[in-house]
Amino acid sequence: MRLLAGTRPDRALTLVEHLAVHGPLRSRDSDMVDQIAAAGLTGRGGGAFPLARKLRTAAAGRRRPVVVVNAAESEPASEKDAWLAARAPHLVVDGAVATAAAVGADEVVLWVHRGACATVTALTAALEERRHLARREPAVRIVEGPGRYVAGEASAIVRHLSGGPALPTVSPHRTAERGVDGRPTVLANAETFAHVALIARHGAGWFRAVGTPDEPGTVLLTLRGAVHRPGVVEAAPGTPLPEILDLAGGPAAPLSALLVGGYGGSWLSWADAATARLTRAGLDELGADLGVGLLLAFPAGRCPLAETERITGWLAAESTGQCGPCVNGLPALAEDITALVRGAGPDRLPDLVARLHRRADLVTGRGACHHPDGTARLVRSALRVFADHVEQHTRSGRCPDLASSPVAPLPAHSPVATAGSWR
Amino acid sequence: MARLTAGRGPHRLVVDWPRCAGHGLCAEVLPELVSLDEWGYPVVADGQLPDHLRRDAARARDACPAVALRLDRVTAPPRPRDPSTAPTRDDPAT
Repeated sequence: MRLLAGTRPDRALTLVEHLAVHGPLRSRDSDMVDQIAAAGLTGRGGGAFPLARKLRTAAAGRRRPVVVVNAAESEPASEKDAWLAARAPHLVVDGAVATAAAVGADEVVLWVHRGACATVTALTAALEERRHLARREPAVRIVEGPGRYVAGEASAIVRHLSGGPALPTVSPHRTAERGVDGRPTVLANAETFAHVALIARHGAGWFRAVGTPDEPGTVLLTLRGAVHRPGVVEAAPGTPLPEILDLAGGPAAPLSALLVGGYGGSWLSWADAATARLTRAGLDELGADLGVGLLLAFPAGRCPLAETERITGWLAAESTGQCGPCVNGLPALAEDITALVRGAGPDRLPDLVARLHRRADLVTGRGACHHPDGTARLVRSALRVFADHVEQHTRSGRCPDLASSPVAPLPAHSPVATAGSWR
Repeated sequence: MARLTAGRGPHRLVVDWPRCAGHGLCAEVLPELVSLDEWGYPVVADGQLPDHLRRDAARARDACPAVALRLDRVTAPPRPRDPSTAPTRDDPAT
């Protein structure tokens, strides 16, 4: 364990404890970007974009950059970034401070969900403790953003921090070029910055000592569903997926599938998952995207289509209402999934499946953010992985597992988007 | 102000989705590249704008009542894994 070293389940590490576990943050401002590049650290928010490229872009800008730490975790089933910031706040802040020094930023923003009490409390206390550090640090402030799913998109965060609502925009610029208030902005997830804190201490070679050559270092994952100890675990890419489930106490029931990446993620049959290893590339070959690192263990004897229906309906209701294809397409996808679940009838089935595929393609890439893309990904993967189950619903008209209780935790539907809920 | 040109170099047609209200004029002006989906929103053909459609594309952009159509200069091959990737804007004053 690296990021989770010394962490406690119930509270944050104090500065003294943090220093005892990790030692002081060494200043290697001059070659920090090179070390991050050599380490091969990629963003841990789902995009897996090389962090060093963002840093070089931001540092090359004319204006002074801003560093933004996304600890908000808008994905309802994922909690790794908020959890890490609440348990190891100093590691996250160390990484942000080291990043700021490396790109010449004088301002760091810690972006958290409004109402994420443990995270806000831990970060507030951590900043208070750091005021007594001898080292001069850039200004670090906590900003509580609206707790909406799509408010966690990079462009929505940038817009909110620039004085607007937390709604995604279509910007012709990369965030690293022109972000908050038009300044170059390094925006990454809390986990990404925590890795920076350790690379600053131990260097690129150390970072690459675990993981695979293409996906070095460790990753944080949120394990949910039918495992004995759901929660956040740290694992090295290359580890077999069943061993990763063992980190959470192992399956609590026979499994039929895994939901991988998030709610805008992909289903993976347990038959495929049982022999797969944790790498983005490997999961990609199986049609799954590791996304924000959610693994939801889905037990046999539950209806995966009904689960997909619930999640798709929730995602459709989380549309900000900004973009036509999302506003119209996501509810249409949700309705068609409902028709499948209810048993479309053998003569309607081919049309329904064809229309789901067509609409999934239609919403993809046609919005200010990737929300519709994720919803389409979930729908496509359900049709692919549960094709037999779809047939069964159609033939018999009903599924014996339909009445079983849901597995994926869904927050109550957000209030209808009013201007105020995005501020 | 209408500008009937699109500048030099390779361009592509980009929809500013939050602005787009599905008026559909772009599909009328530039049917070669734009069709409408089942809800009336534009489906833009992928890839670079062919030279011979440059002028029509600029007209489609200028015809949009919602100012939701842009001609962006293509500066580098798209990097699909970067969520914040977007091409450089042709003219910031648009």
